[in-house]
Amino acid sequence: MSDLVVSGVTKSFGDHPVLLGVDLVVPSGTLAAVLGPSGCGKTTLLRIVAGFEQADAGTVSVGGRVVVAPGRSLPPERRRVGIVPQEGALFPHLSVAANVGFGLPRGRRRDARVAELLELVGLAGHGERQPHQLSGGQQQRVALARALAPEPELVLLDEPFSALDTGLRASVREDVRTALRVAGATAVLVTHDQQEALSMATSVAVLQAGRVVQAAAPADLYCGPADLDVATFVGEAVVLPAVADEDGALCVLGRLPVRRAARGEGSVLLRPEQVVLGPPGAGVPARVTTVRFFGHDALIDLTLPGSDVTVMARTVGGRPVHPEEEVGLTVSGPVMFYAS
Amino acid sequence: MSTARRPPAVLLVPAAVAAAVALLPLVYLAVRASERGPGTVADVLLRGRTAALVGRSLLLAGTVTVLCLVIGVSLAGLLARTRLPGRRVWAVLVALPLAVPSYVASLSWLSVFPRFGGFLGATLVLTLVSYPYVYLPVVAALARVDPAGEEVARALGRGPLRTFVTVTARQVRPAAAGGALLVALYVLSDFGAVAMLRYDVFTRVIYTSYRSSFDPTPAAILSCVLVVLTVVILWAEVRTRGNTAYARLGSGAPRRQRRAALGPWTVPALAWCAAVTGLAVGMPVLALGYWLARGTSAGVDRGELLGAASNTVAVSAAGAVVAALLALPVGVLAARHTGRGVRLLEQAAYAGHALPGIVVALALVFLAVRYARPVYQETPVLVLAYAVLFLPAAVAAVRASVAQSPPRLEEVARSLGRGPLGVLRSVTVPLAGPGIAAGAALVFLTCMKELPATLLLRPTGMETLATRLWSRTEIGAYAAAAPFAVTLLLVAALPTVLLGRTWATASGGTP
Repeated sequence: MSDLVVSGVTKSFGDHPVLLGVDLVVPSGTLAAVLGPSGCGKTTLLRIVAGFEQADAGTVSVGGRVVVAPGRSLPPERRRVGIVPQEGALFPHLSVAANVGFGLPRGRRRDARVAELLELVGLAGHGERQPHQLSGGQQQRVALARALAPEPELVLLDEPFSALDTGLRASVREDVRTALRVAGATAVLVTHDQQEALSMATSVAVLQAGRVVQAAAPADLYCGPADLDVATFVGEAVVLPAVADEDGALCVLGRLPVRRAARGEGSVLLRPEQVVLGPPGAGVPARVTTVRFFGHDALIDLTLPGSDVTVMARTVGGRPVHPEEEVGLTVSGPVMFYAS
Repeated sequence: MSTARRPPAVLLVPAAVAAAVALLPLVYLAVRASERGPGTVADVLLRGRTAALVGRSLLLAGTVTVLCLVIGVSLAGLLARTRLPGRRVWAVLVALPLAVPSYVASLSWLSVFPRFGGFLGATLVLTLVSYPYVYLPVVAALARVDPAGEEVARALGRGPLRTFVTVTARQVRPAAAGGALLVALYVLSDFGAVAMLRYDVFTRVIYTSYRSSFDPTPAAILSCVLVVLTVVILWAEVRTRGNTAYARLGSGAPRRQRRAALGPWTVPALAWCAAVTGLAVGMPVLALGYWLARGTSAGVDRGELLGAASNTVAVSAAGAVVAALLALPVGVLAARHTGRGVRLLEQAAYAGHALPGIVVALALVFLAVRYARPVYQETPVLVLAYAVLFLPAAVAAVRASVAQSPPRLEEVARSLGRGPLGVLRSVTVPLAGPGIAAGAALVFLTCMKELPATLLLRPTGMETLATRLWSRTEIGAYAAAAPFAVTLLLVAALPTVLLGRTWATASGGTP
């Protein structure tokens, strides 16, 4: 298992450009997420890496082996790149064991490797079942076992959890992550789900309008997005006009410490969990307008008296708040500042 | 979705072979027709007889098509949209004539009315055997029409009849037009009915010209004219069809349509259904039953019957297998790849659609006589003729069944290390297997009923059910012909029943 290096990959369908020069590096043994809204080209990128589409320009190498270069493209069956498609795409005419063994050499399709993989994905003893006898989550795990069986250099996961219902999704995600880690696989997960990308991946590349606009570890991406577009795409954001100088950024919530020193006019970005609610009088006065309760936490919309500025806060546990309540706001931790 | 990769050679090369086989008769026919120079061509074309021939052929095709539209659409409307008593039984009965070859229907009418024939006779028989080509697609289209559109029209103030004409009928028009095209092509290429009923249209004249003359050139030239006619009809249909989308827009499952009460129209409607099925199904069954009873008392040569039946099954099975093998690469390419080359290959394979059986047979006779003397009047040439004629049906079956399984599966197989041929063998064909087998069975069924190519190309001394039936009818021995007709109907019905069963179990969900 080793590195994936994508550089300068472009692709258009007719007059419609889809990828405008994509660069991506995935170190050996890590799980990278390619995150983007639908139509951003992430599936096309994945299909180019797998060999199902031809890039117009650029190179792709897998484990030090060039698989796509100008005028040259290795056929998919010689790339050693496994794929887990949406909805699994198990072969309906083969048993679970035969699906898993599909990519193994003829002599090994019945040996311990198949059982070992089924055990890895938590489906030991299901080998004789037919795909239609499995639940959606089980099918997805079989698809992963099938992709891992020939020990590929790289595993591509194409929105593999989008067809599962919410409750199942979390557990299948966790199982898949564990299986990939145990197998020591290098993997790329394509998804439009921010939570999925942030929670599963070692690194996240944000693809917007055919370009990778930022690639970073999940925490760095969330707290230090490259621009406001990325910021609002990867999570809830509070954006306020501000002026920055050497002592921080000054906005309606006061003078706030910034992550990267800057000067001039612009905007500050806070995550709602940085906004802390206290009793009236402690901090900037504000009034609660709406409360969206999610169970594990709640998002509170607030307005600052005497202005039309609204601020969002996330509260976890603690005292419940109600609309029309007066509170005081403080900000915890440094914020991002973007010059305008 | 189709893959963007270039089609692999393992598919392209055999597909090109199949396309070449399909085009071979057409090309050679043109070569043969022009061999004697433009003078001969002009001579044959400008004969008054040829113009009259074109006129008669088009008149027959046009009349039968219009009658089929009237019968097919009216029956479809009654069965799909009204509370006609006994709908289930009628639904089976009105589709049955599809299994009756035109020459068997002709035989049954001739055996009762020996002077039956000419334009009226040919029109009647051909209409009765080919109206299901209109009825079946229209009844299917009516079942698919979303009732919401009709309800909206009613809510906007249109009455039930105006709604049917302006909303419903518009949506089934492509289905009716497609069915009408099939009828017109069927009539132009039919040999059995016009030959038995002595009405001189192209197919009959080509046959007699070839049989009665030492010079095959006029027959070749007339064949080319017939091909031009069929191509013009195909082209006209494509032009008029346009590219309007009649699909249902939006999501959600459509509701079931409401059926109209017939009220005082119940009796006339029942009488109409009874008249059509009585003439199309009742008449052949009664006539053949009568002659069978008479013939049995006279004694049937069991050995002769058995021999003809086994010959029929053997050559038809060979034809079906060859057609399916040739169709496989073309159908897979058509389902999975785009591009001009692929479209051209597919269209070439559909050449048999525009080639009447008599034309293909004649072209293969010429070819075999000149270049392959040893196989002339041997089984391989007959099997080849079947394959060319029925390749379109096989390609359509392969294409449809391959297109049904998601291309993702093949991509996954590629990513797991299988090459194009391995994917074909381990994924594409096993998944499309039932559909391909159904297509082959359909070709088998059609081969058994085929008459003109079998007559011209059968090995010397080999008799099939169709040729025995033909020779007995020619000499007016209807009682002797009846057992062959009945056997043919029974043997042809068997695959239909089996196919129905396979589809029924396949839709059950267990592999």
